[in-house]
Amino acid sequence: MASNNKVNRKFALKKVFSYISKYKVQVFLSIFFAAVTVALSLYIPILIGNAIDLIVGKDNVDFDEILKVLLKAGVMVGAAAVLQWVMNTINNKVTFQVVRDVRNEAFNKIQKLPLSYIDSHSHGEIVSKVIADVDQFADGLLMGFTQLFTGVVTIFGTLSFMLSINIKITLLVVVLTPLSLFVAKFIAKSTYNYFKTQSEIRGEQTALIDEMIGNQKIVQAFSYEDESLERFDEINDRLTKASVKAVFFSSLTNPVTRFINSIIYAAVCLTGALAVINGMMTVGGLSCFLSYANQYTKPFNEISGVITELQNALACAARVFELIEQPAQIPDSENAVVIDNVDGTVKLDSVSFSYSPQTKLIENFNLTVKPGQRIAIVGPTGCGKTTLINLLMRFYDVDSGKILIENNDIRDITRTSLRSSYGMVLQETWLKNGTVRENIIMGKPHATDEEVIAAAKATHAHSFIKRLPNGYDTVVSDGNSGLSQGQKQLLCITRVMLSIPPMLILDEATSSIDTRTETRIQRSFAKMMKGRTSFIVAHRLSTIREADVILVMKDGDIIEQGSHEELLKLSGFYSRLYNSQFAV
Amino acid sequence: MKKLFVYLKGYRKECVLAPLFKMTEALLELFIPLVVAAIIDTGIGNSDTQYVIKMCLVMIGLGLLGLLCSVTAQYFSAKAAINFAAKVRHALFDHIQKLSYSEIDETGTATLITRLTSDMNQVQSGVNLTLRLFLRSPFIVFGASIMAFTIDVRAALIFVGAVVLLSIVVFGIMLGCIPLYKKIQQRLDNVLGITQENLSGVRVIRAFCKEEEEIKEFESTNDSLTYLQKFTGKISALMNPLTFIIINLAVIILIYTGAIEVYKGILTQGAVVALYNYMSQILVELIKLANLIISITKAVACGNRVEAVLELEPSVVLSENNIKPKQSDYIVEIKNANLKYKNVSDYSLSDINLKVKPGETVGIIGGTGSGKTSLVNIMTRFYDIESGEVLVQGKNVRDYKIQELRDLFGIVPQKAVLFKGTVRDNIKWGKKDAGDDEIINALEIAQAKEIIDKKDNGLDFEIEQGGKNLSGGQQQRLTIARAIVGKPKILILDDSSSALDFETDAKLRKALREIDGSPTVFIVSQRTSSIQYADKIIVLDDGKAVGLGTHKKLLESCEIYKEIYDSQYGNGG
Repeated sequence: MASNNKVNRKFALKKVFSYISKYKVQVFLSIFFAAVTVALSLYIPILIGNAIDLIVGKDNVDFDEILKVLLKAGVMVGAAAVLQWVMNTINNKVTFQVVRDVRNEAFNKIQKLPLSYIDSHSHGEIVSKVIADVDQFADGLLMGFTQLFTGVVTIFGTLSFMLSINIKITLLVVVLTPLSLFVAKFIAKSTYNYFKTQSEIRGEQTALIDEMIGNQKIVQAFSYEDESLERFDEINDRLTKASVKAVFFSSLTNPVTRFINSIIYAAVCLTGALAVINGMMTVGGLSCFLSYANQYTKPFNEISGVITELQNALACAARVFELIEQPAQIPDSENAVVIDNVDGTVKLDSVSFSYSPQTKLIENFNLTVKPGQRIAIVGPTGCGKTTLINLLMRFYDVDSGKILIENNDIRDITRTSLRSSYGMVLQETWLKNGTVRENIIMGKPHATDEEVIAAAKATHAHSFIKRLPNGYDTVVSDGNSGLSQGQKQLLCITRVMLSIPPMLILDEATSSIDTRTETRIQRSFAKMMKGRTSFIVAHRLSTIREADVILVMKDGDIIEQGSHEELLKLSGFYSRLYNSQFAV
Repeated sequence: MKKLFVYLKGYRKECVLAPLFKMTEALLELFIPLVVAAIIDTGIGNSDTQYVIKMCLVMIGLGLLGLLCSVTAQYFSAKAAINFAAKVRHALFDHIQKLSYSEIDETGTATLITRLTSDMNQVQSGVNLTLRLFLRSPFIVFGASIMAFTIDVRAALIFVGAVVLLSIVVFGIMLGCIPLYKKIQQRLDNVLGITQENLSGVRVIRAFCKEEEEIKEFESTNDSLTYLQKFTGKISALMNPLTFIIINLAVIILIYTGAIEVYKGILTQGAVVALYNYMSQILVELIKLANLIISITKAVACGNRVEAVLELEPSVVLSENNIKPKQSDYIVEIKNANLKYKNVSDYSLSDINLKVKPGETVGIIGGTGSGKTSLVNIMTRFYDIESGEVLVQGKNVRDYKIQELRDLFGIVPQKAVLFKGTVRDNIKWGKKDAGDDEIINALEIAQAKEIIDKKDNGLDFEIEQGGKNLSGGQQQRLTIARAIVGKPKILILDDSSSALDFETDAKLRKALREIDGSPTVFIVSQRTSSIQYADKIIVLDDGKAVGLGTHKKLLESCEIYKEIYDSQYGNGG
């Protein structure tokens, strides 16, 4: 696992460089400006020190020289500021553009991923890769690089400037500074356990809150409030104790390092003042040294922070790249044919398929569908009715055997033309964030308003669309649109009705729809199915009975196949299912 | 968030001492430049090595004192902040549990959870930061300026100018960027929205071959985010260079003014160095202060949200009086009940009348949103009706002690919810002291015995959070067992067999009828098959009762009931 992480990190680092290399010139400029800025800002205290040396006492001030020195300092301040601004702007630009590039590429990949990846990963996880991880990676990595770089330059710059003033005192500073780093590290290490305990207890508390508040209605229904409060308080008490320890001990870092820095400051002051008395250094040199001593320790503390941030950023980057580097679905073969206006002959020839090799699902399945036939798929909830849809639409590829449309293996047909040949309405309605019209014309982008309205009238959606605040221009979205489930479903059906392809895949969604709307939807379905080959995931007995072929599925497998009468005679699973509806 | 401060009571000492010690530390820090000045003027001026050593020891002494003060301050503030947060969390959790369904609906459980977790963490660290730092930074900024005044008034005026200019730049840029950051967040949300939409709608998008268009849309949304980020970046990139210029120009002017003063004999060289040192302290602290203000603003916003939840009043007011139930032939009697939910314009139940005798089975049927669940929820007083009366055992539900009322009911909710813990723990929700035999009996009735029979550890089988390691049907049967273990007088099955296949559903209904003590049963369903053998069926449509009677009678007299029946048995549509 550890070595794996290392490989990941190395790979991520390589990828990061390949993204940045597009902005090579900017990055180079930024590094160069950073170096100059640091040098300039370190040189300014020396100039100030020189100026102070010229202020010796009453009637003993060399104004001409002071003016000269101060003017020089002023120019440097201006130059440093301008360069710093340019550097910041470049860094921002590079950072945000790299973020944009990575996001675009990630999104591109999402469109090309095989569905098996999307189905088997939580959407939240993928979204967090595209959003949060990319942000973290950009902040940490790119800002981290510049901070690390300026930090290192500052340390070396300060060192060399200090050396140029006084070697002995410099050595003193160099010897003493690691002390503060050491202490900071020691505190971080010893508080780590407190933090771990704290976050464990916090996790426990969040889990309880999730359960009890998330299901508050059940808690109240069973009068469980007192027990749950008791459990909450018990965790809350433990959390308080652990938090006080974690927060207090970790907050010691600042005062303690500050104290150590003040010791260093005093030591510099002492040795410096003695050196001035002995004539080995000037007062200006001392003042310059003091301001360096304050600065010198800072980048050390920052760098240790930056390094952890960099590691974190690389981990985030690795997660994003894991997505980007996923193999895409197999592209259409070069000589893939474009099918158009198919008659609706579909043949499944010894098809086998399973989502994972361990659990077998569809095995050696044969089915010939003649043009215009109606195929009903029935079975208990979760029996894998969608599997067949997945295969027909080529969301998944078969493991063996083949699916033919008019004697063309669907793997030899372009995906676009294959999928355009089907009209699909799923039980899970999905609307794009956009206007009602935009949603309807998905399958036929250049449809006229008359066509749109005609399709909506055909599906009985027109009347409710008209009543929406902005009619066909009302903005709807998948999450919160103010539309009922049934209305959403009607829009999805209208979408198919408008482009009305030669074959249909319908998931009869009735569980969350009231009877009135359901009847309407049935009528729309009936209108569409006329003369078209249709595959229907059926819940209604009427649809099932009227189907030409009924496929009975259980646990992902097709266990029975035939017409209503044939299956009843079989006295198998189907007949039991059918009869139980009438049973007591 | 003022009202939250009552929870700081009991930590008044800590709240005063923490900032006080922090200020003492800052004060000690302000003395350092003076000591350095003394070293330069007296020690170096007189070549007094003894004096220099003494002063450096003083410096270390000041540092040590500062350390002690600071550690004390950190301890007090950590203690106060964390205990404060713990108290607020307790109060908040307790309060949320007292809210009634209306408030929970209105606020949403996800929001309530956020208030209790991440918002409270923000509040805690905000209080901690405020106690520790809010006084320190201004104190050093003003302290340094005041110290400058004690050294030299003319030089101090440069300080005042620098502080004013720096404040304008630092706060100006920060305040100017806040609305921009909000906008960036919005655009980031758009990018997030498209990503989410494309994942949830992947099948539809691919079915309609919209991949390329979606990519184009994403890229343009992404570009508009990047543009704003770069624009904001340009502004915030001004902060460092501008403050750098101001502070260094101030230093240059300071040195020049100092030179004149020294020439006149008003100031010493050491004093100039001291002034220079004060100037560098100011910048660091101002930037810290600006960052602090941002975190505190965030914390206050979180605090206000927490407070808003604490201010929610439960709409179901609990009864104090203890009225004895009147004798009644009916176990449940609903008279002219009207129910209206908050923020919904239409009545969810209007003019409902229903009389149920003990032991009867009542079916409640209707489409989505017809008011089926509302009807059972007014019996258990999860919602209060606007007008009319709900009597349980002849006594108005408003006159019951809430726990006493709910103990009469066994409820199987629409959504099967189980909790982390063993099967036994979960079933015991229905009866705190249930023995294993009672639990197993309940499981048998609920057709759930086979679930634990298949597990090695039986009743000790650990259910994961949200019941993830059980199928939908298994979860549903366990929730049924939970509801019946306490032998309730009234059992409510709210569409509770939707995840069961027809066979199990039929067995379950049979077993329920055979329970001893024969409870009154309410079955909410969309399937006529689940309720057709009920003694009484009430048909709801848009909150109104459009039919009441037996299956047979309703088939003849109730148009809507017939429509539902036909749609399921395929005689129509």
